[in-house]
Amino acid sequence: MKITLFAPCFMDAMFPDVAMNAVKIFESLGHQVDAPEELACCGQPAFNTGYWDEARNVASKVVERLCDVEALVLPSGSCTAMIHKFYPELFKGTSLEEKANRLAAHTWEFSDFLVTRLGVTDLGASFPAKVTFHDGCHGLRELGIHDQPRALLSKVRGLTLIEMERVQCCGFGGTFSAKFPSISSSMGESKVAMVMKTGADYVVSNDSSCLMHFQGVADKQRKLIKSIHLIDLLVRHE
Amino acid sequence: MNNNAQKFQEDAARICADSTHRQIIGTALDKYAQGRDKKIAEFQNWEQARESAAQIKQEGLDDMEALLRTLTKKLTKRGTHVYRAPTGADACRIVLNILKQNGAKTMVKSKSMTSEEIHLNEALEKEGYRPIESDLGEFIVQLRQEPPYHIVFPAMHLTRYQISDLFRDKLGCEPTENPEELTMIARKNLRREYVQADVGFTGANFAVAETGMISVTENEGNSRLSASLPKIMITLIGIEKVVPRMQDLSLLLPMLATVGAAQSISCYNTLYSGPRQPDECDGPEEYHVILLDNGRSRLAKDSTFREILRCIRCGSCINVCPIYRNVGGHAYNATYPGPIGSVLMPQLFDMQTYKHLSFACSLCGACRDMCPVKINLPHLLLKNREAASTTQPKFFEKLAFKAMSLLFNKPLFWKWGKRMGWIGQKFHPLIEGSVIDPAQCWTATRKAPKLKWKSFKDLWKKHSK
Repeated sequence: MKITLFAPCFMDAMFPDVAMNAVKIFESLGHQVDAPEELACCGQPAFNTGYWDEARNVASKVVERLCDVEALVLPSGSCTAMIHKFYPELFKGTSLEEKANRLAAHTWEFSDFLVTRLGVTDLGASFPAKVTFHDGCHGLRELGIHDQPRALLSKVRGLTLIEMERVQCCGFGGTFSAKFPSISSSMGESKVAMVMKTGADYVVSNDSSCLMHFQGVADKQRKLIKSIHLIDLLVRHE
Repeated sequence: MNNNAQKFQEDAARICADSTHRQIIGTALDKYAQGRDKKIAEFQNWEQARESAAQIKQEGLDDMEALLRTLTKKLTKRGTHVYRAPTGADACRIVLNILKQNGAKTMVKSKSMTSEEIHLNEALEKEGYRPIESDLGEFIVQLRQEPPYHIVFPAMHLTRYQISDLFRDKLGCEPTENPEELTMIARKNLRREYVQADVGFTGANFAVAETGMISVTENEGNSRLSASLPKIMITLIGIEKVVPRMQDLSLLLPMLATVGAAQSISCYNTLYSGPRQPDECDGPEEYHVILLDNGRSRLAKDSTFREILRCIRCGSCINVCPIYRNVGGHAYNATYPGPIGSVLMPQLFDMQTYKHLSFACSLCGACRDMCPVKINLPHLLLKNREAASTTQPKFFEKLAFKAMSLLFNKPLFWKWGKRMGWIGQKFHPLIEGSVIDPAQCWTATRKAPKLKWKSFKDLWKKHSK
């Protein structure tokens, strides 16, 4: 199968290894990977802040370029939700409506794609550690992704999953984190406390943006938590 | 930034930093959540119940005017005076007129968020009347001269010790830390008021068109006393509360109790249809029902936002909101706090005054998952944001997003943007987190993530060669 991988803007710039590891995983499963070089962002920052014209300006390029690919995979629940759930809304009544709908239909979040579409759960990884899993809200509640990453973790040798006491947002929320820093950081603090309470060695997530947020809070307060993206964990052989 | 938005930022920052407050609210909400989940589990199929409840309320909205006509006809037939108030000021005037015409001085009230919405107490006090809140939580916040902290639990932010101090200061009673004794103090004070009050006032949870009845849910019996002891009774109800059939309550009342207060059913559920009839031995001599519009019929015609009128004011969205959990009920400075308020306040009242609330949300969606009538709150918040940014965009923000689209759309700009960022960040530690840091809104409380010299696009280029 030909898989198109779209590494979101912040991942391209700050977490390139996560996306490269996704490439390696797909290739090791015998698939062909493509990564469009001319695309940088899905348009979510502008969309979530209410600037839909500016969002369409960025998103239309994504629609035109990717509407006919076989499968589009994003290593982020949030950006997947943008394309899968919100593009049809954003392009409703425009000339790109049909293409946006077509694109939405074959757009997948990484763990969902592996488990649901490819039927793969065991990637042969081993990671002898106690981990806890943070569900990115967009992946969880816009896309309904909950069991998929856990199915992947369950096959990792030596790994023990400890769930947190409550499912709760990490406080990132895109531009919200900059517009309301006190609320956002306070939420991040609660999340760090929840992670630490599990006693896990690592906190894993399928969204780099969430990890970036509460790792940033923890580092600032010199609280020791180690975060790792699900994809990075799945290529570990320890 | 308008004054309201500025005040919200300041209040939110202050309250977020208050760990005692966070602990009080967190403990209360966790205890509620455990109880609620147990009650939800008693439903055979909670998801199906939500679907049905949403349908019933939607049906009420789709047919609202016709149902209101039927309701009015039936109520009037039993001798009830029914009024339609286009605005909050109109509703206040109607209440004042009833008080004036009857030479009344005091009005004992049971809980009504709709009366908070129209600022009825202030309107009454300004004219020299005395409204007395009889719901325990409302009684407490009225003594403190502050608005309710939560639409269902008005005094949830207070500890028993604070309430004891309050009663000692305002009512002159002996301090006690026993919640039951505190309740008895309130009860003793209120009993006297019920007997002496000229008018009793209630809010309402539903109106049943089919039978012409007003449904009131409560746990303390204060609403029944407000309705039966004074000679005159007034009910204020939003027009969106009308449902078609009596049977609808068999679903809506248990659902309201479940998510509203973690109960199977509330202690007292009463249906009022009119004043005392000739063959009845109790009830008020006069019954007045005020149907409040205050922007609702306008919203009902809005194809995007009409679903917000399905809301049954259970507060379950507030109880799961991580923002509310951190900033608490008063920071919003709005009648309806939390997710429901952040959608409703800009829509029902003024977009410019309240638009900041629509942005004060991480869009986590927990509220939508818990809403018993399936209102898509996060999506409506996004629509509010769009409306806010279209009608009155912030100049620099719009400019920034225009620049960003240029940066994202031109591969060369994006490539060199990242490179320049990488160079810039070498010097960032010198100012990181300080007031001159351009990224201070992030770095004051969080470490900044690092840009990599080789981006994914660089790695990919090398890999795919």
